[in-house]
Amino acid sequence: MAMTEPTAVALDSATVAFRLADGRVYTAVEQANLSVAHGEFVAIVGPTGCGKSTLLSVTAGLLKPAAGSARIFDKPLSGLNRDAGYLFQADALFPWKTAIDNVAIGLEIRGTPRTDALARAQQWLTSVGLGAFAGRYPHMLSGGQRKRVALAQVLIRDPKILLMDEPFGPLDAQTRQIMGNLLLELWTADRKAVLFVTHDLEEAIALADRVVIMSAGPSARIIGDWRITLPRPRDIAEIRMEKDFHALHREIWGVLKDEVMKGYVQSTQAGAA
Amino acid sequence: MSRVTLLALQVLVAVVTLALWQFLSTVPVFGKVLLPPFFFSNPVDVFSQIVKWFSSGVIWKHLAITLWESILAFVIGSVGGILVGFWFARQPRVAAVFDPYVKMVNALPRVVLAPIFALWFGLGVSSKVALGVTLVFFIVFFNVYQGVKEVPTTVLDNGRMLGMNERQLMRHVYWPSALSWMFSSLHTSVGFAVVGAVVGEYLGSAAGLGYLIQQAEGVFDVAGVFAGMFVLSAFVILIDMAVTVVEKRLLVWRPTAVTRD
Repeated sequence: MAMTEPTAVALDSATVAFRLADGRVYTAVEQANLSVAHGEFVAIVGPTGCGKSTLLSVTAGLLKPAAGSARIFDKPLSGLNRDAGYLFQADALFPWKTAIDNVAIGLEIRGTPRTDALARAQQWLTSVGLGAFAGRYPHMLSGGQRKRVALAQVLIRDPKILLMDEPFGPLDAQTRQIMGNLLLELWTADRKAVLFVTHDLEEAIALADRVVIMSAGPSARIIGDWRITLPRPRDIAEIRMEKDFHALHREIWGVLKDEVMKGYVQSTQAGAA
Repeated sequence: MSRVTLLALQVLVAVVTLALWQFLSTVPVFGKVLLPPFFFSNPVDVFSQIVKWFSSGVIWKHLAITLWESILAFVIGSVGGILVGFWFARQPRVAAVFDPYVKMVNALPRVVLAPIFALWFGLGVSSKVALGVTLVFFIVFFNVYQGVKEVPTTVLDNGRMLGMNERQLMRHVYWPSALSWMFSSLHTSVGFAVVGAVVGEYLGSAAGLGYLIQQAEGVFDVAGVFAGMFVLSAFVILIDMAVTVVEKRLLVWRPTAVTRD
């Protein structure tokens, strides 16, 4: 596999640490090894505060690992990852731009003439189901609609790697499923390498080719890696009823459960101290 | 409360106040006029003074001068505030060095600067503009500084991940954010531009609303002082309404654009 296509993302013993205000060093992630092949959809699942998002920031080049390295298409990553599009957990749209301008901006800053950029943006808005909302400002859109705009904003630049940080976290359950299906539909059209962070194991299994489990932080490690062989195309809502899905879920949850409990205990202790 | 009731009640307050004023300043109560005309004038005299100003056309020259001074003070103060605000926000070291001096100058009551400005810039328009600028500058400066500093990290990271360079970040992220903060303080800064102009005129000038009030006061023409005050209030309210219209257009993307304070 590595012969034909270079690995999209390769983290090699990446350790991420922060210096706290009192001078102590907090190690968020310890020696993480992770690779995402070209066109592969990998989901990272772990308990709250385990450093899943941190790992994503390293891949994006927004954070530098304290030790180890990140390689993108076999080149060491320095500075921002120019091959990656990043879908943030929080609202990241530019509030002073309309939906269509928010989508077009990625092309405009690249030098695409404005009329072309707007035409392409309109197409993208249509393909995320918001063709009629081009002139709305973000505050006039619902949370789910804002996520759709954000998805179009990232995808219009046609990044080779898609990094997603609990992108559907703030949405309600139904909207999450709809967004999940939309994501799979867009991803099937041209398979990008996807690194998808979530705390929801069901979502991870339903979407991904591989599910990676992280231990509770601090010094979180990658403790499991499952290949999800469920057939595609998948429907997020229906796949949850399948027997194979249940078997996988039971198996992975067996490992994840202990970490979730550990993470919970640690978070309550940290709160008390 | 319905709009009509509200308006009726608002008008009622004005009518009662004016009637009371007229009554107490003209009709003796228990053999004594409670508001001596020499100190309080009366609404009829004040009103006829306003009518006289407008019918003779004297007032227009003064209004035009005050408006011109306010506009100049606002524009110069805003441009300065934006430039320095941006500079300080992007260069934390510069900001740190100048911080105590900025605070010091801002803490100074601007009225004390009026004599200095009169000496430096003469009794014409420029000394009033200078006074207005010192007021407007700091409001715009602090808001732009805050606007640049308070861009959400996520939005900034998003800009970077979408491939923006520093110049593009400036144009698409910092600049709109700073402007939105500045616009949200538009009422205050425009109001202060007028304050600077009028106070400057009052302290020494040959034209403007402040000059009118000061002249009337100089000859104990209380009706003239009140008339000047009413014209000034109406002037400020009109400007404030214009600002509201501009603000609604500029901040259309903000959910809070319509409400204020």
